[in-house]
Amino acid sequence: MGNVRDLDVADVTAAVKKLCMEANYDLPGDVYQALKDGKEAEESPVGKAVFDQLIENADIARTDRVPICQDTGFAVFFVNIGQDVHFTGGTFKDAMDEGVRQGYGDGYLRKSVAEQPAHERKNTKDNTPAIVHTSIVPGDKVEISMMAKGGGAENMSSLNMLKPSQGWQGMVDAVVATVSKAGSNPCPPIVVGVGIGGTIEMCTLLAKKALLREIGSVHPDARIAGMEKELLEKVNALGIGPQGLGGTQTALAVFIEEMPCHIASMPMAVNIQCHAQRHKHVVL
Amino acid sequence: MAAKELTTPLTAEVVEGLHAGDEVAITGVIYQARDAAHKRLVALIEAGEPLPFELEGAVVYYMGPSPAKPGNVIGSAGPTTSGRMDAYAPLLMKHGLKGMIGKGLRTPEVKQAMVDNKAVYFAATGGAGALLAQRIVGNEVVAYPELGAEAVAKLEVKDFPAIVVNDCHGADLYEEGRKKYEKSA
Repeated sequence: MGNVRDLDVADVTAAVKKLCMEANYDLPGDVYQALKDGKEAEESPVGKAVFDQLIENADIARTDRVPICQDTGFAVFFVNIGQDVHFTGGTFKDAMDEGVRQGYGDGYLRKSVAEQPAHERKNTKDNTPAIVHTSIVPGDKVEISMMAKGGGAENMSSLNMLKPSQGWQGMVDAVVATVSKAGSNPCPPIVVGVGIGGTIEMCTLLAKKALLREIGSVHPDARIAGMEKELLEKVNALGIGPQGLGGTQTALAVFIEEMPCHIASMPMAVNIQCHAQRHKHVVL
Repeated sequence: MAAKELTTPLTAEVVEGLHAGDEVAITGVIYQARDAAHKRLVALIEAGEPLPFELEGAVVYYMGPSPAKPGNVIGSAGPTTSGRMDAYAPLLMKHGLKGMIGKGLRTPEVKQAMVDNKAVYFAATGGAGALLAQRIVGNEVVAYPELGAEAVAKLEVKDFPAIVVNDCHGADLYEEGRKKYEKSA
């Protein structure tokens, strides 16, 4: 058994603050490259012009330290906590929220969280609460991955409780239908996260986690890599194109995460992310 | 293709000359308004009360900016999804609204209202908020400051880039563009 490592939650707050700001100013290299590749591959002249705007926009945001998009998102975190870590100086969740509060405040990021969703919809004014998904892992490190999740793309996502008899074709149809219905709304070119299996909450979580993958990375399981390739081709055949103005580049990538499911079930979730695929991670 | 230069407010004649697919560069005043502001504007019209800005010929921009850094006119300022304003848009067009800037699909009712009232819907590039902010040279909140990013603001724009999606002749670039590049399975 390893020695217990004390970690001051102030370090968590400082790291989260930095993640929130940098994720919103610096489009990750993989996404930036995908925009450049997309421009080359795009057949529509209007679509190419959209890619040009998005590349220039990313350059301005990085240089001027301003948000890539005014919707600086709901702050979503996946945190792998080494089981030998002992947090000191406060609670872990409060430290995460404080990091978001400071990052969105000091970083001039938009506060886009409303409380009492069905009634008052009052802005919480500091973009809290943070959405935090934790996993306990071996070791004494804390790995924090952050995603700034905009509302427009999130709204176009779907949960599909399919019948096992529908098989893979049923999943293909559901993914294509979700992207087709979304059309121009989620700011294509999009990234599509697909979660297969588990239960309703697990498959949606897998779909979100899939969005953390680097664009251009190939799934280590060749079977799943093939499924991703097939879905990407089918989605791009829809013709939606950049910003939905018509074109061949509707999605930059499709990523799948899979796990076993109940013998009676075949859950599948589609989580859509806009081209501003803002994600960043840090190890403490 | 060279962009058509447009100056606000828009007239019916100018709107009639615009067609789906036209790239435009808008100069003049446009009004920032999104979900909460629309709800209030429509309530004012229904109550017969005056609006905080002149609607005749006006262009609204469905947008809620990020906070401006010190010294900047505005924060990032790209369009939000227009569909959420569909419930309110036809009434505003009936009362003089001539242009809407946003992103994403409109309902058949909104498209019909554009034909009936000679109005136009432009798309700006969603997620290009840092770039679009550079074309906004003036920014003054004119109503509902308590709504923060959702307040109504009078924005002075210069060569603001957009593309006509729905014109007053019933054409729809989202439908036509997609059909052009659709590949059958």
